[in-house]
Amino acid sequence: MGVNQAELLPEEKLAKMFESWLSQQRIDFVSPEAAKAYRDRVIRIRDVIQLKVPDRVPVYTNMGFFPAYYAGISPEEAMYDYDKLITAWRNLILELQPDVHGGSAIPGPGRAYEILDYKLYLWPGHGTRADTPYQCVEAEYMKPEEYDALIQDPSDFWLRIYLPRIFGALEPLRRLESLSSVVEMPFTGAYLASLGVPEVQSAFETLLAAGQEAARWRRAVSACNKALLEAGFPLFTGGSTKAPFDTLADTLRGSRGIMVDMYRRPDKLIEAMERLTPLMIRMGVAGAQSSGRPLVFIPLHKGADGFMSREQYKTFYWPTLKKVILGLIDEGLVPYIFAEGSYDSRLEIVRDVPRGRTVWHFDDTDMARAKEVLGKTACIAGNVPISLLNTGTPGQVKEYCKRLIDVAGKDGGFIMTSGGVIDKAKPENVQAMIEFTKEYGVY
Amino acid sequence: MNGELAKAIADLKENEALRLTKERLDRGEDPNKILEESRAGMETVGKRFSAGEYFLPELVYSAEIFKQIAEIVKPKLVKGVQSKRIGKCIIGTVAGDIHDIGKDIVVFMLDVSGFEVYDLGVDVPAQKFVEKIKETNAPIVGLSGFLTLAFDSMKETVEAIKKAGLRDKVKIMIGGGQIDEQIRKYSGADAYGRDAMTAVKLAKQWL
Repeated sequence: MGVNQAELLPEEKLAKMFESWLSQQRIDFVSPEAAKAYRDRVIRIRDVIQLKVPDRVPVYTNMGFFPAYYAGISPEEAMYDYDKLITAWRNLILELQPDVHGGSAIPGPGRAYEILDYKLYLWPGHGTRADTPYQCVEAEYMKPEEYDALIQDPSDFWLRIYLPRIFGALEPLRRLESLSSVVEMPFTGAYLASLGVPEVQSAFETLLAAGQEAARWRRAVSACNKALLEAGFPLFTGGSTKAPFDTLADTLRGSRGIMVDMYRRPDKLIEAMERLTPLMIRMGVAGAQSSGRPLVFIPLHKGADGFMSREQYKTFYWPTLKKVILGLIDEGLVPYIFAEGSYDSRLEIVRDVPRGRTVWHFDDTDMARAKEVLGKTACIAGNVPISLLNTGTPGQVKEYCKRLIDVAGKDGGFIMTSGGVIDKAKPENVQAMIEFTKEYGVY
Repeated sequence: MNGELAKAIADLKENEALRLTKERLDRGEDPNKILEESRAGMETVGKRFSAGEYFLPELVYSAEIFKQIAEIVKPKLVKGVQSKRIGKCIIGTVAGDIHDIGKDIVVFMLDVSGFEVYDLGVDVPAQKFVEKIKETNAPIVGLSGFLTLAFDSMKETVEAIKKAGLRDKVKIMIGGGQIDEQIRKYSGADAYGRDAMTAVKLAKQWL
C-alpha cells in the first residue's frame, strides 16, 4: 500500500480500501453496464456497512457446495475437476445475480490434500460419499501439554508439531531442528544436515507437489473470479481470520479438549489466545491488503448460545475476539463476523464495537432483537433458514424475507442472506430470496 | 451414601471427586454404590443444564469426571452385576454424515440417566437402524445429523423404519446443527431436540 500508510488514521485507511475496491481499474468489464453494475453493488455494500441507507437491501449468496448441486455436478467433481468447478460457480452467479458473492475457493484442491495425506477432514472422493461436502474429523490435534510450546513459539509449534500431525506426509518435519537455531556458522551446519535426512527430503518434495497442485487450482479459482468481476459481480470479502478461541477449539484442541481446558487450565488457555491474537489480526490484514477489499471474514463457532455461559463468553471468548476486531478496524478494515448458531445471549456483549465499522451475520439469532440491540452500532445480515430453503416453498421464503426486510432492514443497515452456509437447497427458493429482495427491499 | 461425591461431581470439583472415589473404594465400599451416587451427581448436572445454569462445557467436563470414576471402580466391579436399565435407545448419525460430538454427548447423558444405549456410530445406513430395532426391540431411536444432506437421510431412515412395519413400534427423535421443527415435519420424526438434556427428557417421556 501507500508510503504513508502507517501515518493514516483508521478512517482514512478504510476510505482508501473502499476506493481500492470500488475503482478496480485493472478489471476489463464486458460492457459499460457491467462496469456500472459493479460500482452500484460496491457502493450499496459500502453504504449499508457505514449505516447509511442504501438504494436497496443488498443480497449476498452465502454458498458452500450449492453451485455444484445446482449445476448437476458432485461435490467430488467440484474438488477434483477445476474446469467443472469454474463453470458451475461462474454460471450460478451469472444466473442468480446476487450483489456480492463468496468466490469459488470453498471446495478446495482435493488432490493437493490427498498428496499431503490430510487427516483433519474427510471429503468427497476421500472418505465421504461423492455427493457430500467435506467434513471435519474432530479430535485433539494439540495435546494439553503442548500449550507451552504454542505459547513460546507459535510458528515453530505449527511447523514441527501441528503440521506433521494433520498432514501424514509431513510427519518427518517433527525431526527438524527449530529455525531459530540458525545463528552463527558453526551451528548452521547441524540445521542444514537435518534437512538432508531422506524422510525430511521426501516430506519437502511432497510439499512442493501439493504446492504445484494448489497453484493450478488457484489459477482456476482466479479465472472464475475474474470472469465474474468482468461481468460486474464483486467478490465480497478480502481476507479471513478467526476468533483466537475458535483457532484453538476447532482444529487444535477440539470441542471436548477446549471445554475441559476452561476448567483444568484456564490461565494457559487465556495466555495461548493472547499469543494468537496478533497472529490472527495479521492473517486478516494480509488477506485484505493483498486482495484490495476491506471486508475480513470471521466465522464464529464455539461461543454460540449453549456452548458456554455468558460469564464464560466474557472471560474466555470475547476479549481476544474483540482485540482482533479492533485490530482489523485500526487497519481500515471491516470485520464481517459470521456468528453461527444462535447469539441471542451475546448481543449486548458484542455491541461494544465502534459504530458503522462491522457487519454481524446471524444464523439462528432473533433478528428483531439483533436489530434492536445492535442496529445503531453495526450492519446486520441474515438469516433465511437453511431448513426453509430446503423444505419450504418460494412463497414461504418470500414471506420470511418480507418480515426480515421490514424489521431488520428498517432504515438500512441490513444485508439479506441465508442463516447458514448453503449446500443443498431448492434452487427456486434461493432464487426467490434474491429476486424478492431486489423488488421489495428498495428504500 | 453421604452425598459428598454426588455434590463434588455436580459442582465439577474433579480432584475432590476422584479423591473421594479412591478413598471410598479403599475403605471397601461397594463400587456399585459409588457409581449410583455418581449418577445422582450427573442427574444434578442435567437438572442445572435444563435450568440454564450449566451449559455444554459442564456436561462435557462432568462426563470426563464420571468416566474417570467409572475407570477407577471398574476393576472392583463384580462381573455380570449391572445396574437396572430403564429402557433401550438406538442412537446414530445418519448416512453420509460423520459428525459425532453432539451425538456422543447425547449417548453419554442417556446412558448415565439409566438407558441402555446402542450407539451405531456415524454414517449409518437406514437399514442398519432397522436391523438394530429388530434385534433389540428398542422403542426409542435418535437420529443425529449436521449437514443439509442429513435432512434427506433422516427422512429416508424414518421411511425405511416405516417400510419395515416398525414405525408404530418406535418413537423417533432427531437433533443436530440445522435441525428444527421444519425438518422434524419434513423427516416424519416424532420430535426434535436442541441439546442432550432434551433427548433425555424425550426418552423418559416415551418410556
